[in-house]
Amino acid sequence: MSTKKFMYLNRRAPYGTVYALESLEVVLVAAAFDQDVSLSFIDDGVYQLVEGQNPEGIGMKNFSKTFHALGDYDIKQFYVSAESLEERGLSLDDLMPLVWEDEDDDWAEKPSIKVVSNAELTKIMSEQDVCLSF
Amino acid sequence: MADILGAEVDEEGFLVDLKDWTKEIAVEMAKGDDIELSEEHWDVINFLRDYFEEYQIAPAVRVLTKAIGKQFGKEKGNSKYLYSLFPYGPGKQGCRFAGLPKPTGCI
Repeated sequence: MSTKKFMYLNRRAPYGTVYALESLEVVLVAAAFDQDVSLSFIDDGVYQLVEGQNPEGIGMKNFSKTFHALGDYDIKQFYVSAESLEERGLSLDDLMPLVWEDEDDDWAEKPSIKVVSNAELTKIMSEQDVCLSF
Repeated sequence: MADILGAEVDEEGFLVDLKDWTKEIAVEMAKGDDIELSEEHWDVINFLRDYFEEYQIAPAVRVLTKAIGKQFGKEKGNSKYLYSLFPYGPGKQGCRFAGLPKPTGCI
């Protein structure tokens, strides 16, 4: 089976709608089929990666924990919009420290999140075979 | 609706409510599949439960295989070993015994 470059674009807050959770489900399916998967987070989507989420009060499960598993699925590219972070008063330090283990470098943990400008993100998106927006 | 030791299960035998799980239920589910749970089975079942607790998902088989090899020794980190314990699939059957939902992407 040939491999395609899939990007999942996440634009919405983690809770309140089912988009963020559904996106993550589809990401896991694509990864199970050995595709080249990357994720991007813009607009309110950046809130999906914020550290210390606790949606217990609204009866949702804290699926943000699942992002920590994605490194094991060879998903190591999380592009986050610098502009979207800044507009919301957030910085890289507010996000979960997501990592992947590099097999070729004695399993060293390397950061998965890359903060990029919207212009850079546009360029990265244009290099994809498939972009899915949630 | 079917049940195992009073805990409700769906049409494929997975627990409806994860909180219902007990070791006795796992033993009973295994008995239904003609399997007697050994220490090796429990290693995998406990691993699956810990993994789910940490990440809120059941691992894909490829991820499970790698992690079991890392934790319990290289000779166990292969699908042949895991299928010898769980002939209907370490993901599907293992997760069912562990009281977890069916893994995402599992057919």
